[in-house]
Amino acid sequence: MNLASRMDALPAQPLSSGSSAAFAAASASAACALETRGLCKRYGAIEVTRNVDLRIERGARHALIGPNGAGKTTFVNLVTGMVAPTAGSIYLDGREVTLVSAQKRVVGGLARTFQINTLFTELTVAENIAIPLVQRLGLGWKLWGKPAHHAGVVEEAAALLEQLGLLPLASRRVNELAYGQRRMIEIAIALALKPQVLLLDEPAAGIPNGESGMILDLLERLPEHISILFIEHDMNLVFRFAKKITVLVEGSVLTEGTPAEIRADERVRNVYLGRRHG
Amino acid sequence: MNTIVRQLLPAGALPFYRLRLADVLPWVVAIAAFFLFDTYMSIGAQILIMVIFGISLDLALGFAGINTLGHAAFFGVGAYAAGYFSLHVSPEPLSGLLVAGGLAALIGLLSGWLLLRTSGLALLMLTMVTTVVLHEFANSWRSVTGGADGLSGMETAPLLGLFSFDLYGKTAYLYALGVLFVVFFAVRIIANSPFGLSIRGIRENAKRMLLVGTPVHAKLILAYTLSAAIAGVAGGLSAQITRTVSLDLLSFQLSGNILIMLIVGGVGRLYGAFIGIPLYMLLLDRAAAIDPFHWMFFVGIALILLVRFAPGGLLALTAQLYARVRGRLAVNFAKEPQ
Repeated sequence: MNLASRMDALPAQPLSSGSSAAFAAASASAACALETRGLCKRYGAIEVTRNVDLRIERGARHALIGPNGAGKTTFVNLVTGMVAPTAGSIYLDGREVTLVSAQKRVVGGLARTFQINTLFTELTVAENIAIPLVQRLGLGWKLWGKPAHHAGVVEEAAALLEQLGLLPLASRRVNELAYGQRRMIEIAIALALKPQVLLLDEPAAGIPNGESGMILDLLERLPEHISILFIEHDMNLVFRFAKKITVLVEGSVLTEGTPAEIRADERVRNVYLGRRHG
Repeated sequence: MNTIVRQLLPAGALPFYRLRLADVLPWVVAIAAFFLFDTYMSIGAQILIMVIFGISLDLALGFAGINTLGHAAFFGVGAYAAGYFSLHVSPEPLSGLLVAGGLAALIGLLSGWLLLRTSGLALLMLTMVTTVVLHEFANSWRSVTGGADGLSGMETAPLLGLFSFDLYGKTAYLYALGVLFVVFFAVRIIANSPFGLSIRGIRENAKRMLLVGTPVHAKLILAYTLSAAIAGVAGGLSAQITRTVSLDLLSFQLSGNILIMLIVGGVGRLYGAFIGIPLYMLLLDRAAAIDPFHWMFFVGIALILLVRFAPGGLLALTAQLYARVRGRLAVNFAKEPQ
């Protein structure tokens, strides 16, 4: 009901006007950054993902929405390799990765964030960023030297933290920080991997409405070449940021289109408002 | 370049163990003990060996978060390897230590590859079972291990061909101290390294580590193998210094004891083994001397009090007390001008 009221309160036109034409041109030409074909996941008799075909174009700002239990997080888990699909295939930058491990998919340029903060809480903010940096810069097996003395690690960590406004907190332990700041670190860890494709699972989850602006600012400042798929319940965020929206209901794709098309779609309204209102 | 790099991040953002004046303290105490308590060199060497063993456990448990109740497996394997090497190949001690560390590392590598896909209670059980299997293996393979009789009658040649092992255990003490010094600084370098940061990340959150592209299983295997090698060196030292190897070295009890001793000092703090192990071993020694019948009762009481008032170990308690005193001093200074 809350979601439905938020959808009703949306402005008539998307803020990113003109994006639909750009999107149509892009989808016709460039190869996909990420694609799933006939993706299925079944737990016993329950089918949580049903034959999902999804194409994330290069540089996309693609939202995946749907009511609770629609299978959005399962979809992200399937794509990142945390869960093995029952059927179907996954392609990252044109290469099939269905049987590739989660860790190797990250090396291949796929990063994600979590709906519930998944951080290194006993370590400092800078260490949380240094961990993915060390890995990406190929230092993960180095048994000597110090990350604090490695120019690449320190410079990148400082630049990223400054960009997010977290530099003054660099020495603080993550478990001492406020929730919103932890949400930012959740995204910063993924950004430190310099991903080609970034999956954001409810980046603004748990942040009060008034404060979700800082997350939106962060998302809007992300480099254009990163292809982004994000799951979000905050429809203001979705309609401001997304150029394409896929609606997932009961594990399968209900519809897909530009924000304007989705807003106008009667079926989407029915799903969010409940069929008795439709 | 380092100065520029340091200025980019606030101090302590990427912390590491720095050399401080206090770092000299354990070594000064150890050397002072050599001169002051020269009749206690035997228990002194035992303590130093257990500190090495404790450091090896700290690398696996404290830094990489590998829950293990079977670390005696590597200590025992190292002891048998050094004992066998001394009896049948060469009594030269340093090459014996290398063999002990090498064989323990090999067992660590193989068992780590098999076991480290599990975690938590399952891993605890499996590491324990590994020790039980090795214990039975050593019990049955009499021709090599001596079975229930163990190995004895080993000779240990003079260290570097110069310092022979004397009856009072002075050479043994200094030998163990030298090995401890090398092991401690090696572990300190590893703990400070990018690999050290990675394994602390795994300890904190293995799932996230996988999703930042870290080969978690492989890194845990390396940490476990390094830890096993150090435990093997400790076992090898024990065999060379006591000149006996018994099945007890592969016992569950030893795994449990070293865990308790490390927890007493503090896990994942590098110096935990230096505090917990000497205190616990001296407490056992003194309690047994004072009351040979009820000594375990007093040790039990001491442990209950410790867990109640210092669950993070003595190092954590000291750090808390220090912070509290410093906080109070700061408050007093702040009030003074008024």
